[in-house]
Amino acid sequence: MAIEVRIPTILRSYTGGAKAVDGAGSTLGDLLVDLDAKHPGLRGRLITPEGGLHRFVNVYVNDEDVRFLAPSGLTALDAKLNDGDTVTILPAVAGGAFGLAALAALCLTHPAAPPTRPTLPPI
Amino acid sequence: MARFENVLDSCGGTPLVGLPRLSPQAAPGQPGVRLWAKLEDRNPTGSVKDRAALWMVRAAEQAGTLRPGATILEPTSGNTGISLAMVAKLRGYRLVCVMPENVSAERVQVLRMYGSEIIFSPAAGGSNQAVALAKQLADEHPDWTMLFQYGNEANARAHYETTGPELLRDLPTITHFVGGLGTTGTLMGVGRYLRGKVDGVEIVAAEPRYGELVYGLRNIDEGYVPELYDATVLSRRFSVGTRDAVLRTRQLVEVEGLFVGFSSGAVCHAALAVAHEAVKAGRRADVAFLVADGGWKYLSTGAYGGTLAEAETALEGQLWA
Repeated sequence: MAIEVRIPTILRSYTGGAKAVDGAGSTLGDLLVDLDAKHPGLRGRLITPEGGLHRFVNVYVNDEDVRFLAPSGLTALDAKLNDGDTVTILPAVAGGAFGLAALAALCLTHPAAPPTRPTLPPI
Repeated sequence: MARFENVLDSCGGTPLVGLPRLSPQAAPGQPGVRLWAKLEDRNPTGSVKDRAALWMVRAAEQAGTLRPGATILEPTSGNTGISLAMVAKLRGYRLVCVMPENVSAERVQVLRMYGSEIIFSPAAGGSNQAVALAKQLADEHPDWTMLFQYGNEANARAHYETTGPELLRDLPTITHFVGGLGTTGTLMGVGRYLRGKVDGVEIVAAEPRYGELVYGLRNIDEGYVPELYDATVLSRRFSVGTRDAVLRTRQLVEVEGLFVGFSSGAVCHAALAVAHEAVKAGRRADVAFLVADGGWKYLSTGAYGGTLAEAETALEGQLWA
């Protein structure tokens, strides 16, 4: 058994066009190192120079976001994996409908209300 | 339900209904697990976005950025556009919507009915060209305002001050809230409110996973995370594919008589996942999930009929949530 990893269109240049590849590892970090050995460069697109998961990359283990699966106090890359898991890599496109990065830039120059994080009471 | 001075005042106060047939059965002697649906399609224009639109407009009025007769520019054809069209009509603003010319006829008709002006961008240029056109219009009209729901804190505040309190009032035993993740406004507002009031409450996001066409970015750096998003509010985040969303959408009609849009099917899928986990663990759970809109606007996709595979094909490349 291995871990099936689904690759988004924009990263298939690293997998010879394959939509899904097999990998191994007991954590997400291990899996990415294993994948990088077979598909050099792939890991570098997903991990920042500081060693964390790229802000605009979402990784799901069996359809659940890995950022919420890591043991408390550890990072997404420490999330545990098991043989037979399916890992899905997707670029972040929340909302999806418009080129949101472009839209955000547009709204920063013409704000009714400049983009802000909610100033609601802390949790 | 009661009487209101006008339709804007009737925004919110939506029903929370139990789903006794869809809720998983706990074994005899085990604590009960119940699913509840918050029916946001019962808002004035039929979607949860009425709350955000009304609160964003009010906030801009209070801040003085929106004055009588002002023009609002909105690059969307979705529920937010329809909600803003209604609010703008009733509060005396002009709304200009920019959208690709291939959006559904129903949406164009509704927006025009409310008196909104529509400026089409070429279909071939997709959403990027709609944004480019909106940018050009904004440059030509510096006095027009954009409310930008992805970064407007009044969007989340609407849910902190209304949706969250309504949920707790109607379901004081709530253990999980499940909502769709788009602008993130609903989850941020409801999530912050409930976390401040209910020990151990879980805030669960269901994110639509579209067909590959939608993810056709040129590189990772063109991704986007809404300014409103704060991951610490969430407990878990699920990615729900088209097939599961369609399956649950149909199940809601067949089993519980609820005719909802596909995003609500996706949210229901995540709600069922946490409900089944609770049954397995022998834990009590009251799982409330949010139905963002009804199914009417999506009938023309053809995805309500035929086999699941046909429905999946019908929605391929579309933004169904």
